Amino acid sequence: MKSKFKKIFKGGLGQLTIPIIAICLLVIFNLIRDPSFFSIAIQHNNDGNIVLAGNLISIINGASELAVLAMGMTLVTAACGGQDISVGAMAAIAGSAFVKVLKSASVINAPIVILGFLMACLVAMIFASFNGTLVAVFKIQPMIATLILYTCGRSIAYWINGGATPTVSSPIITGIGSFIPGIPVPTPVLIVIAVAIIFKLVFHFTSLELFTQSVGINGSAARLNGINSTFIKLLSFIILGLCVAVAGTIGVSRLGLINHETLLLDVEMDTILAVAIGGNSLGGGKFKISGSIIGAYVIQMLTITLYAMKVSSTDVKAYKAVVIILLVVIGSPVIKAKFQKLMTNLKNRKPKVSVKGAD
Amino acid sequence: MMKKKFGSLVLVGSVMMSLLFSACTSGGGTTNAGSTSGGSDNSGSTATVAEAPSSGTIKVGVVNNPPSESGYREANVKDMESVFSAANGYELKTAYSLKNDEQLQAAQGFITEGVDYLLISAAETTGWDEVLKKAQEAGIKVYLFDRMIDVDESLYEAAVVSDMSAEGDTAVQWLLDQDLPEYNVIHIQGAMGSDAQIGRTGALDAQFASGKMNKVVQQTATWDEAEAKKIVESVINSGDSFNVIYAENDGMAKGAVAALDEAGITHGVDGDVIVMGFDCNKWALRELLAGKWNYDGQCSPFQAQIISDIIQGKRTVTEKKIINEEKGFDAKSLTQSDIDTYGLGE
Repeated sequence: MKSKFKKIFKGGLGQLTIPIIAICLLVIFNLIRDPSFFSIAIQHNNDGNIVLAGNLISIINGASELAVLAMGMTLVTAACGGQDISVGAMAAIAGSAFVKVLKSASVINAPIVILGFLMACLVAMIFASFNGTLVAVFKIQPMIATLILYTCGRSIAYWINGGATPTVSSPIITGIGSFIPGIPVPTPVLIVIAVAIIFKLVFHFTSLELFTQSVGINGSAARLNGINSTFIKLLSFIILGLCVAVAGTIGVSRLGLINHETLLLDVEMDTILAVAIGGNSLGGGKFKISGSIIGAYVIQMLTITLYAMKVSSTDVKAYKAVVIILLVVIGSPVIKAKFQKLMTNLKNRKPKVSVKGAD
Repeated sequence: MMKKKFGSLVLVGSVMMSLLFSACTSGGGTTNAGSTSGGSDNSGSTATVAEAPSSGTIKVGVVNNPPSESGYREANVKDMESVFSAANGYELKTAYSLKNDEQLQAAQGFITEGVDYLLISAAETTGWDEVLKKAQEAGIKVYLFDRMIDVDESLYEAAVVSDMSAEGDTAVQWLLDQDLPEYNVIHIQGAMGSDAQIGRTGALDAQFASGKMNKVVQQTATWDEAEAKKIVESVINSGDSFNVIYAENDGMAKGAVAALDEAGITHGVDGDVIVMGFDCNKWALRELLAGKWNYDGQCSPFQAQIISDIIQGKRTVTEKKIINEEKGFDAKSLTQSDIDTYGLGE
């Protein structure tokens, strides 16, 4: 009995327990509410392609930017014990750089789109290293350091293009943002899978994961063991920068338009939540990227469920908050310890009862 | 210990930096755009105040929101700059901020500098009494544009504003004129409580109340394109039928259309769903011209000419609140020259 519960909490699923339970609860809730919530339809879109549609597709598609950002944010959280709150603003900057390159070309073709994406990556990496330097070299609290870009990032995004909502239209952009002809799965979903595989490969072939954890757990100890903790922290920010560039590019491509004020607005809060729901300690140290990805889908599923229930979108945030409070509290070490103690007590009581009965 | 102290110093420094930075971002537009209109720098221009009025040019101080706010504001700022240009005999000073207190300071600055006219599009409707009274005492004539302020009418000469509820009425009247057998409307609202949202929602709400139109869903996307797409997606997934999308700005209409496209639902002039937007961005009007959307309501940012006419005595003020005339464009009757004349942005 004890080992079974222990397995749920410590071994087996480990820190993924909470996010997986959350997803299961949402699935059960929706099955009871309306089983057709999960129906997936195959249909033609207006470009004549065969595509998948339905709430499930909306969820995994809509959470793409969040999932990509959550992966990068997990790394920063683990290495620095703090979060980057400027990812939304940085995504607006990266997206603007992407649009700037596209608009400067007379015809939008594949090389230009690739060039635009590389430019977005470069710009995001520069701004991310600015954040990273403040945190890693000058030892400023991550939230304070990134507050700078959080406040001025969207203005910088505006300066890049000038106009308020520059638009770009091209079949390639539609391909990135919605569907590639012949592939019924939304492209952003494929991008998330690609990014996740890249992370997996990097962790497999380098010691980045181990180094990040040891820097997060105890920076000085890591340094004494020959790990350059400043570099690892900086690197985590630069990797987050790349994730931001990917998210910004997806965001722009979805509608072929960039609104520097609303692109991925408030996404930083959802990103941090995804990391927290994923069971990662926000104080740094051990981490699981997969937890954060599941966390991102939990948040999106919650939003789509509320929309399907026709909850007013002004109220959605409040309902979301309630569920998230529950998740975070249940996942907190205090509750976990209490729960385990309760289980041990229950187990210990049994023999006592039998002893009394014998008396 | 030393290290710790240094650390805290850096921290304080960075906070100051970030504060400075944030001040720069809202004020940053000021210096940038203001430089074209000749130094809005306070300390520099106070010296020139005394002898300025004799020079013959009309000094105009404009307190506005920054052009980065929206496509509307961008066009509005450009319009101000072109009408109150040196060629037309004006000396223009500008201050842009999204924050009311910064705007108040800027207005105060213009009064001490001694401008002849003060033009204001306020961030908030309250808190302007003192400043406007000071302007009146200094003999500076105040004009409000785009947004009303909560003060006594005697404190300003005229207010040139859009009537947002008239925009909604025009749009809903157009929709009624389409004579559809039934109206099942997806209503995507702007940021709740904003003038544009209240005005554009009112007319449609009246139709929902009277039963003439059915409300499939009414949600705010707070001007966010991506959010609008999600809202429409969830309606499509739920299987409810609808034949009208009424989005309170162009961006949200574009988001809604993206959801329709992915679901293979036809829209526009020959389509199943009528698409309506507001603001008349050029790119949106081009969608109309291509027949992909049906209607776009204008929200005119061009108030400068009216104010200039009043200043130069070409137009007399009969009523202090002057409603800027606004049109609604139908995809069937829209022409390229309409796009060139009324379209905002590029």
